[in-house]
Amino acid sequence: MNQKSVVLENVSKSYESVKALTEVSVSIEKGELFGFIGPDGAGKTTLFRILSTLLNPDSGFATVEGFNTITDYKSIRKIVGYMPGKFSLYQDLTVEENLKFFASIYKTTIEENYHLVSDIYRHIEPFKHRKAGKLSGGMKQKLALSCALIHKPEVLFLDEPTTGVDAVSRMEFWEMLKKLQVQGITILVSTPYMDEAALCDRVALMQKGHFMTINTPQAIIDEFPMKIFGVKSNRMFDLLIDLQSIPSTEDVYRFGDVVHFLNNETGFDMNVIYRVLKQKGHAEIVVHQVMPTIEDSFMLNMKKADHFNAVMQ
Amino acid sequence: MRTILYILQKEFRQIFREKAMLIIIFIIPMVQLTILSFTATFEIKNTNIAIIDHDHSHESRNLIRKFEGSSFFTMSAFYDSYEQGAEALKKGKVHQLLIIQPNFEKDLKRDGKAKVMVITDAINGSAAAIMSAYAHSILMDFNKQLLVEDFPQLNVNDPIQITVSNWYNPQLNYTTYMVPGILVLLVTIIGMFLSGMNVVKEKELGTIEQINVTPIKKYQFVIGKLLPFWIIAMFEFSFGLVLARFIFGVPMLGSIALQLGTVSVYLIVVLGFGLFVSTITDTMQQAMFISWFFMVIFILMSGLFTPVESMPDWAQTVNTLNPISYFIQINRMIMLKGSVFSDFAQQFYSLVIYAVLMLTLSVWRYRKVA
Repeated sequence: MNQKSVVLENVSKSYESVKALTEVSVSIEKGELFGFIGPDGAGKTTLFRILSTLLNPDSGFATVEGFNTITDYKSIRKIVGYMPGKFSLYQDLTVEENLKFFASIYKTTIEENYHLVSDIYRHIEPFKHRKAGKLSGGMKQKLALSCALIHKPEVLFLDEPTTGVDAVSRMEFWEMLKKLQVQGITILVSTPYMDEAALCDRVALMQKGHFMTINTPQAIIDEFPMKIFGVKSNRMFDLLIDLQSIPSTEDVYRFGDVVHFLNNETGFDMNVIYRVLKQKGHAEIVVHQVMPTIEDSFMLNMKKADHFNAVMQ
Repeated sequence: MRTILYILQKEFRQIFREKAMLIIIFIIPMVQLTILSFTATFEIKNTNIAIIDHDHSHESRNLIRKFEGSSFFTMSAFYDSYEQGAEALKKGKVHQLLIIQPNFEKDLKRDGKAKVMVITDAINGSAAAIMSAYAHSILMDFNKQLLVEDFPQLNVNDPIQITVSNWYNPQLNYTTYMVPGILVLLVTIIGMFLSGMNVVKEKELGTIEQINVTPIKKYQFVIGKLLPFWIIAMFEFSFGLVLARFIFGVPMLGSIALQLGTVSVYLIVVLGFGLFVSTITDTMQQAMFISWFFMVIFILMSGLFTPVESMPDWAQTVNTLNPISYFIQINRMIMLKGSVFSDFAQQFYSLVIYAVLMLTLSVWRYRKVA
């Protein structure tokens, strides 16, 4: 189990003046379900394009199953499946024709590897004579995954597979990934949705071409250094500013329909929040301590990184 | 090898699935061939000529009758003054003016010479030259007749007799001349645009991304992209030949096998060119404009409409880079002259070099890795 499937070593890539990736390193075990979590522009797609040999890094190196992405790209192309963020199958070919085409390019057939894709393909098989362009978002995604899987790849790169897909299909999709993982396939997946991070074995939180943290989702939550309080009141807009006035406040930000309040004073008493808010004229105040999530960790890391950058400058 | 077959199968599926594509490939060229072949001609019929006769004599009427008798001219008006004629010419009502001076007959009888004036609307230079030449030949004819009638004692036989005979196209039939050229044009348009659009379309839709991560080799991809259009263009050329023979009655003196052999090489040039354009562009729009840029220059300089020999020296030098020009020459030579390979070997080898160059360039430019 302790074999490396994908290794990145100080990989950097720039597009003209924009630095997409800055010296990122990570190594991913065989059979791992690894997530790259970050907002748009974090460098996720660049990373996937480098790993799938479509892009050469400016410096550093990357290997997939021991093959270097620059010198051994031919070997890599035989053993990886890649699902780009943008739907890239032939819209004017039918579902079945697309799958057949990609199977035949890899010198295999649908029948030979049907067991691999059957769970996924089953959902779209009733529409196999429909043109790919006429499928719904969730069905397109299933077809793309089937096409990326049909040659029995050892490593699967899925670039934002759940973007633009409804919540039910997203959950279904992650269940499928879990099943594939059981078959021994290493899966690298990128997503802007923080809630999906919890479904990965390990995640890398990405921001502006850097990895801020690499760990298991649980460890990231466990390592969260302070208490978080969810706060609500009748004047949500002023809440953000008024909470800032409490001493030792680390951060205040909206989180769904509440505001998350972080304070780095040890033994902070949440009654302070009630008192301050009442003074400022808030009513219907609700405060309760909440468990940190990946998103909270992301926000904190991002703030630290920004602060660090500001100091450096 | 099997991989190429799968790519071919996929390409043909995509081509024939699109209805607009079928029209572009099969209907449009046939319509173009029919329309252009009948209309692209330099023959000028029905020139509207206006007569301004200031003499009103027996001889002046004789001259006018000569013009009337020619099928080339239509007597559109008789004016009394030069100003009226000039006005009509300006408005485009007439193309030519014949002005007969007063005392035309008198001068002719007394001095043995008289003057007439022919004014031609030269907005279209080549048409004007032809109209002037016709008018000139009628006047020459009239001259000769005068000499015979009025001075029978003179020996009017010219010392040098000129007999003109037009080889390879005895009737100077323009359809015969145009059809082989237009055929070339058709396969060029089909070849260059379809191959050019195709790869860039995959770029635009992003499908090339998915293809690039597969183990497909460069040469397999390029062959898979070019061969379908090569086959379509070959089919189209053959179909055009059938139309040329049976609808336009164009003579086909040379070997058809030789003709198909040369077109097969020429198509590699054209398809390679299209492919190269698509490797250096990112959108179909860019590819379209670049293809058009070269296409218009190549066509206008190809000798299809205007003879290459009449172009300035620099243009003729530029033309050594014009594949369309080479192939129009070859095609006309084979069809109309029955030329054999050695007659156009030089042009053919130029095409071969061109084909190798275009293919190398486009394979070299097509990158799977950015």
